[in-house]
Amino acid sequence: MRIRLAVLAALALWGVTGCGDDAAAPAAGESGVTGGVTVFAAASLTESFTQIGKDFEAANPGAKVTFNFAGSSQLATQINEGAPADVFAAASPSTMKTVTDASNGDGTPVTFVKNQLVIAVPKGNPDGVTGLADLTKPGVKVALCAEQVPCGAAARKALDTAGVTLTPVTLEQDVKAALSKVKLGEVDAALVYRTDAKASTSDVDGVEFPESAGAVNDYPMVVLKDAPHKAAARAFVTYVQSDRGVAVLTAAGFQAPQ
Amino acid sequence: MTTPPLLDAHLVVDRGDFRLDLAIAVDKGEVVALLGPNGAGKTTALRALAGLRPLSGGHVTLDGRELDRPDRRVWTPTERRPIGVVFQDYLLFPHLSALDNVAFGPRRHGVRRPAARERAAAWLDRVGLAEYTGRKPRHLSGGQAQRVALARALAVDPALLLLDEPLAALDARTRLDTRAELHRHLAEHPGATLLVTHDPLDALVLADRLVIIEHGRVVQEGDAATITARPRTDYVARLVGLNLYRGTAEGHIVRVGDGFALATADRLDGDAFVAFSPSAVALHPERPDGSPRNVWPATITGIQRHGDNLRIQLDGPIGVAADITPAAAAHLRLIPGQPVWVAVKATETRAYPAAG
Amino acid sequence: MTVAKPRRVGGRVPLPLVIPAGLGLLFLVLPLAGLLIRAPWTTLPQRLTEPGVLTALRLSLQTATLATLLCLVLGVPLAWLLARVEFPGRRLVRALVTVPLVLPPVVGGVALLLVFGRRGIVGGWLDSTFGITLPFTTTGVVLAEAFVAMPFLVIAVEGALRGADTRYEEAAATLGAGRWITFTHVTLPLVAPGVAAGAVLCWARALGEFGATITFAGNFPGRTQTMPLAVYLALETDLQSAIVLSLILLAVSVTILASLRDRWITGP
Repeated sequence: MRIRLAVLAALALWGVTGCGDDAAAPAAGESGVTGGVTVFAAASLTESFTQIGKDFEAANPGAKVTFNFAGSSQLATQINEGAPADVFAAASPSTMKTVTDASNGDGTPVTFVKNQLVIAVPKGNPDGVTGLADLTKPGVKVALCAEQVPCGAAARKALDTAGVTLTPVTLEQDVKAALSKVKLGEVDAALVYRTDAKASTSDVDGVEFPESAGAVNDYPMVVLKDAPHKAAARAFVTYVQSDRGVAVLTAAGFQAPQ
Repeated sequence: MTTPPLLDAHLVVDRGDFRLDLAIAVDKGEVVALLGPNGAGKTTALRALAGLRPLSGGHVTLDGRELDRPDRRVWTPTERRPIGVVFQDYLLFPHLSALDNVAFGPRRHGVRRPAARERAAAWLDRVGLAEYTGRKPRHLSGGQAQRVALARALAVDPALLLLDEPLAALDARTRLDTRAELHRHLAEHPGATLLVTHDPLDALVLADRLVIIEHGRVVQEGDAATITARPRTDYVARLVGLNLYRGTAEGHIVRVGDGFALATADRLDGDAFVAFSPSAVALHPERPDGSPRNVWPATITGIQRHGDNLRIQLDGPIGVAADITPAAAAHLRLIPGQPVWVAVKATETRAYPAAG
Repeated sequence: MTVAKPRRVGGRVPLPLVIPAGLGLLFLVLPLAGLLIRAPWTTLPQRLTEPGVLTALRLSLQTATLATLLCLVLGVPLAWLLARVEFPGRRLVRALVTVPLVLPPVVGGVALLLVFGRRGIVGGWLDSTFGITLPFTTTGVVLAEAFVAMPFLVIAVEGALRGADTRYEEAAATLGAGRWITFTHVTLPLVAPGVAAGAVLCWARALGEFGATITFAGNFPGRTQTMPLAVYLALETDLQSAIVLSLILLAVSVTILASLRDRWITGP
């Protein structure tokens, strides 16, 4: 009998406090939005947006944020083909353009963060990589993103700026896949976003290189024209740009938009 | 000094509750028929000789070579036995032409392809299928397939030729022609031949000697004449179309069934068989006078056509089958249950000792 | 006087079968129709001659064929073992053979990396002993495709072997054929249509494979970028281009499959 009570009490406590992680205190002055919001966001926003989503739900009881994280171009295609989404956060202006050109955006997209590339190497940097030039050494296997993806376009730009000719062993379809190749030990290095390296800090180290400043990616975000939940969508976009949202994004390694 | 038989085997096979225990010997050039009802163990015996089934006991010796002897752990797999088998369904390889089917055996025995194909062509010619060499088995008639199967088995010059119901899959008309031809080929085969069949006509036409088995054991052995004259079991008697009874002989009388006395022309004492043909049985509406010493009342239990005659099954002190001409039938009322009188002349009966 | 309805030779097809059959066909064919309708027919010619297209196509056809050959060499004996040999644990082995069917292809690719990757159980040894690496190579593509496609072949061939009449093998033995010769000269020809059907399924599956390929072998034009990978990447920037690539792949495979004579696959 006592045990049963204890179990019930524990369950009740668990239900009340949420699944165990510490949600931040809700930002002051938020209006309460309810209902669902569907956010299509670039893969590199996975960790930070997931956290922001939880914070948003805490600040707006009754709200539920659902995410679809994938390569920006894939998301853009899905949106243009009519996928039901409320907000689109892309990893490059060009992918956002495909959506706005198809008149699927509501208003002008707002750039909310920037992202820069780093060289991801196995934890401890066993090969002593210090810059892009080290990646051209014979026998070094490098994974890049395919150029059709924003991360790949940025890598191309950075390499061209540095005047480095690099032959990767693979051109991955999104940045997470490129990073996982490093984690699995199949490649010696990959060009990924600073945020991705930071998110996997237990498995990889991120090596900064100067030329990355010339290939910075702006991340635009927009509410979609056919969004089923316009009010909640606008509230989410505002929340991302609020102090709390910015704090999460900066901690993840993104840079402020200006 | 007699030469040992080419095939000398004592086949003991245990299969669940069934036990085959059969000693068989076949000489060079001899054709032996293994005859018996379904389930007697004939196919088991053939498969044991072919090595498709291991023996539980006994041995198989062929051409002086011991192929199978379980108690001495001697075993030769099928592919190394000098045998040829004609299966009931022929089992011609569907993807090969008739020629390639026949050449298959020689090729496996090391003959080079051109020579093997020549030999195959010669054999197909011998069985009368020279124009069918290129045909696939599905384009052959039953009789043609049977001949290809025979040629295939003979092309390897087997010391022992085994045939499993070789004519069973054919229609009556084809069977007639094929039986005659098969007889010719078997007679020409220099090795030993064992033919398994349930059809007594096949056995009588094709074989030099018959071995009759029932329930896994030999019940009678001998040439066709001996067996037809002196059947030793119901099965054999029915096979050769005789009424057969076993009883005790006392001089010219043999007591069969519940002491019913049959008068016979032969004089005998002791355990004996009595046999007489259905055509020796006469039926009368009233008790007949005259000479036949065997006369008794009986009841009709069944009537069938039997060629041009009628075969009547009768119940009485002994069960009897009688062949009646249509003319004789006209004088009788032939309906089941009808009482009639049966008469059999003693001179038409044969009595012979049961032992031995 | 009633006039008899003319009998149509060919048998009567019951309506309860025709309707679902038609729906089934529609279900399979409508997506294809969708591709055809949205295809950029006006710009098709120049898209077809873009350099990457032919390379990816050639690589796809080569790797799928090689993967099928690998599956035949390993799969037919495995099928024979499952069909003809009674051994303890046979049912478990048969279930394990179907694992690649159930596993999501990407997971299959990761599993392959864990075994054949640079630090894999086998791959690490291959690398240190022979200097052979499999990820990011064309060989890796063949391996990944063979992994996902082999169950199709094994299951088809096992079914064919089970249905084959073993008495022909007995007949071969009486003619002096040992077990290996019987297998090659009698058993295989008898089950050839079943093997062919299995090989066709295997080839088609290998051709369309994406997840395991991109995870294990990566994506690099000319070396590991097969058509499905090219389509996926084209989808990132250019939907029309992706449609064109898909149609090319479809056209080539349908042509090849349609040219296979019925009787090669269904038997005599």
